[in-house]
Amino acid sequence: MTNAHDMLFRTLADPTRRAIFEQLCREGEQTVGALTARAKVSQPAVSKHLGVLKQAGLVRDRHAGRQTHYSAQLGALAPLIDWTSRMAGFWQSRFDHLEDLLKRMDQ
Amino acid sequence: MSHTATEARSVVVEREFPYPPEKLWRALTQPHLIEEWLMKNDFKPVVGHGFNLRGEWGGVLDCEVLAVEPNRTLSYTWNFAHDDAAYNLRSVVTFTLTPTGTGTRLRMEQSGFHRDQKQAYGGAHAGWKQFFANLEQVLTRTA
Repeated sequence: MTNAHDMLFRTLADPTRRAIFEQLCREGEQTVGALTARAKVSQPAVSKHLGVLKQAGLVRDRHAGRQTHYSAQLGALAPLIDWTSRMAGFWQSRFDHLEDLLKRMDQ
Repeated sequence: MSHTATEARSVVVEREFPYPPEKLWRALTQPHLIEEWLMKNDFKPVVGHGFNLRGEWGGVLDCEVLAVEPNRTLSYTWNFAHDDAAYNLRSVVTFTLTPTGTGTRLRMEQSGFHRDQKQAYGGAHAGWKQFFANLEQVLTRTA
């Protein structure tokens, strides 16, 4: 459960990935080409982000001929609607900052 | 802890860090270090000390130190006052440090939320405010 939450938060913490996901939410099913036209990164980078989103259950792909179409899976966001999950996400991100700080601190 | 404990829920986050408890304790109790990973603050490791945590989003949390056991336990209140009772937040944050063979396990428990809590305002807004605002807009439009 917690690992699934971690994955969801980490997946959506990346701004480029989040922008791709938001575009799929707004505009429905899209091809990699259409998504790349809007993103500020290359097509291989968009494909990589889509792979991560798919692994987190946030997008689904559908093959039609030579094209792959991606769509957002809003059901995967359910854990975020719950405030306890939001708070857990907040603390996970703060622990990330703490980890960075500890690396910088001397003994 | 609270007379409404049966209605309250808590959030637990745990992580192991490859450092001794003493080092984590410094990060948890020295104001300039707390600021680097959590929020701006006027914290002192003294039971009964009242302080504020100031988020980047402009919110101010009212806190009071409840327990200090160097290198082991730190606990303080984490309250956020709001005119709408559903957004009021009265909670307690407790950090527990446990040495392991290779470092320290840090456990954070935040308790005292209520079932009818609309949002964990004070904390969730710090890092996620913009994201959730966008998300809610998106969800509203696609509903």
